[in-house]
Amino acid sequence: MKVLVPVKRAVDYNVKIRVKSDQSGIELNNVKMSMNPFDEIAIEEATKLKEAGIVTEIIAVSIGPDKAQETIRTAMAIGADRGILVQTDAPTDIGGVEPLAVAKTLKAIVDKEKPDFIIMGKQSIDDDSNQTGQMLAALLGWAQGTFASELEIKDGKAIVTREIDGGLETIALALPAIITTDLRLNEPRYASLPNIMKAKKKELTVMTPEELGVDLTPRLSIVKVAEPAERVGGGKVSSVDELIDKLKNEAKVI
Amino acid sequence: MSVLVIAEHDHKTIKPVTLNVITAARKIDTDVHVLVAGTDCSGAALAAANIHGITKVIKCDAPELSHRLAENMAPILVDLATNYTHILAPATTFGKNVMPRAAALLDTQQISDITVVHDGETFDRPIYAGNAIATVKSSDSKKLITVRGTAFDPVNAEGGSSPVEDFASKGDAGISSFVKQELSESDRPELTAANIVVSGGRGLGSGENFALIEALADKLGAAIGASRAAVDAGYVPNDYQVGQTGKVVAPDLYIAIGISGAIQHLAGMKGSKTIVAINKDEEAPIFGVADYGLVADLFEAVPELTKKL
Repeated sequence: MKVLVPVKRAVDYNVKIRVKSDQSGIELNNVKMSMNPFDEIAIEEATKLKEAGIVTEIIAVSIGPDKAQETIRTAMAIGADRGILVQTDAPTDIGGVEPLAVAKTLKAIVDKEKPDFIIMGKQSIDDDSNQTGQMLAALLGWAQGTFASELEIKDGKAIVTREIDGGLETIALALPAIITTDLRLNEPRYASLPNIMKAKKKELTVMTPEELGVDLTPRLSIVKVAEPAERVGGGKVSSVDELIDKLKNEAKVI
Repeated sequence: MSVLVIAEHDHKTIKPVTLNVITAARKIDTDVHVLVAGTDCSGAALAAANIHGITKVIKCDAPELSHRLAENMAPILVDLATNYTHILAPATTFGKNVMPRAAALLDTQQISDITVVHDGETFDRPIYAGNAIATVKSSDSKKLITVRGTAFDPVNAEGGSSPVEDFASKGDAGISSFVKQELSESDRPELTAANIVVSGGRGLGSGENFALIEALADKLGAAIGASRAAVDAGYVPNDYQVGQTGKVVAPDLYIAIGISGAIQHLAGMKGSKTIVAINKDEEAPIFGVADYGLVADLFEAVPELTKKL
C-alpha cells in the first residue's frame, strides 16, 4: 500500500518565540526550525507499517519555502521513499498558507498519487489550528481518524484508537482514509547516519501551487499578533502553612 | 444574523462547556440556536431548551449519530449553515474533529480555539501554544469557529424555555463506524476541564513517587498532570503531559511540583489563574511564573501540604 505523509517545517518546540515589534507576526529569522513534532510521529508510524510489510511506499509532502526540502530529507532519513515539495514563499505559520489552502494543495497531490491512506500530524505547533487532516478528508470524501494513539491496518480498513476527552474511542474506517497523530501513537526514532546519507540520494520533486492549480489566497487577515498578558510571577512563600494561608485567604482557590 | 452553537452532550444531558460557548455566541448576536445531534437525545434537547439566553433548540435525532462521527455530522452542519452566519462549537476533541470537516465542505477557513470575540468578524486566538495571541479577521461569508471554553464565563443552565425543532439527519455516510470506547474510570476530573491541576516533574525521581502527587490531587479533587521530562523518563503516560506538545490547561489553581519550568511546559500552563511551584532549586524558571513559590524539598513539603489541607 502507498501512504502519503505531509510534513511541515515549523519552529522547533524548544524555541522561545518572539512577537515581531510591528505586531505583524512571529520573528522567524535565525530561529531553529524542525519538523513539526506530530509529523515526526506520522512518518514514524508510516515507517513502522513499511517495516511490517503493510506499506510499500511512503511519500513525504511539504508545502513551504525551499528550506522545507530539509524537512523532507529528515522524513526520508526516517523512512520516506520519495518527497514532493510544493514551494511557496508565503508564510506557513500565520497570515499566509492556511489549513484550507494546505488541504486543497494536498488534495491535488492525492489526485495524482492516489495513496491508500494518509497519516499526518493532528496540528502544527506554530498556528495550532488542528484542521488540515479533517479538511482534507472532507475534500476527498474520505473517512477520518483524528488524534490517533493506535493504528492497525487490516482487511481494507484502518482501525484507529482516538484520544478523546476523558478516554479513548476506537473506530473503523474504510480505506482510503486519513489518520491524524496524537502524542501516544509512537516514539519517533532518531535517524541513523547511514540513513541520513541515503536520504540525500532519494527523489525529491519540487513544484509550485500554480502547477497544481490551487489558490493559496488567505481568508483570514491578521489584525495583529501580540504577546500574551505577562504573568507577574516570582512571589515566594516560606512555609507550607503560609502557602495554605495564601491559597485560602488571598487567592481564594481552595 | 443568527448564530448556531453545537452542543456537547451525552444524549441525556448537556456538557457544561456548551454554556461557555453560548456566551461567546451571544457576543456575536443574541439570536442563538443550539444544535443537539445524537441518538435518543430528547433528554439533552430538553436540557438545552432550559438554557438561559438562547432562542431555539434544533434536535437532530438519528441512530447514526450515536457517536457523532464526523462523517455523519458534517453534512448536517452544511445543511444547517444556510440559516446561519456563524456556527460555533467547543474546542473539545468532538468540536475539533467535526468542525474542520464541515468548514472544508463549506469552503470556509475555520477559526480555531477563540478566546475573545471583538465583533462578528474579528476574534483573538492563541497561537504557538499561547505564547502569542493573534487577532484575526475573517472574510468568509460563513464563519465556523471553535471556542476555548475556559476563556468565556458560562450562561445559566436554567431559566430559559426555548422551542425544540426537529431537523433531519443526512443518513450514515457508511465509511466509518464506532467500535468501542474506554473512558478512564478515574474519579479525578479531566485534565483540560479541571479547576485544580497538580503536576509532577522529573524532581519526583520515579513513577512510584507520583503517589505523592496522587495523594495531594485526591485531597484537592484535582486532575494530575506532568512535565514532558517526567513523561520522557517514563514516570507517567503521555496523556498526562502538560505543555506545548501535550495538553494546554488553564485551571484556577495549578500546582507544579518538582518541575523546573521548561518553555515547552510553561506554554501549556501559564494561562492558569493561580500558580504554585514547589521546587528545591530556587533558580528554577518555574518560579518566574509562580504566584506562590515554595523553595523546599518536595518529599517533605508535599506530604505536609497534603496532611494540612
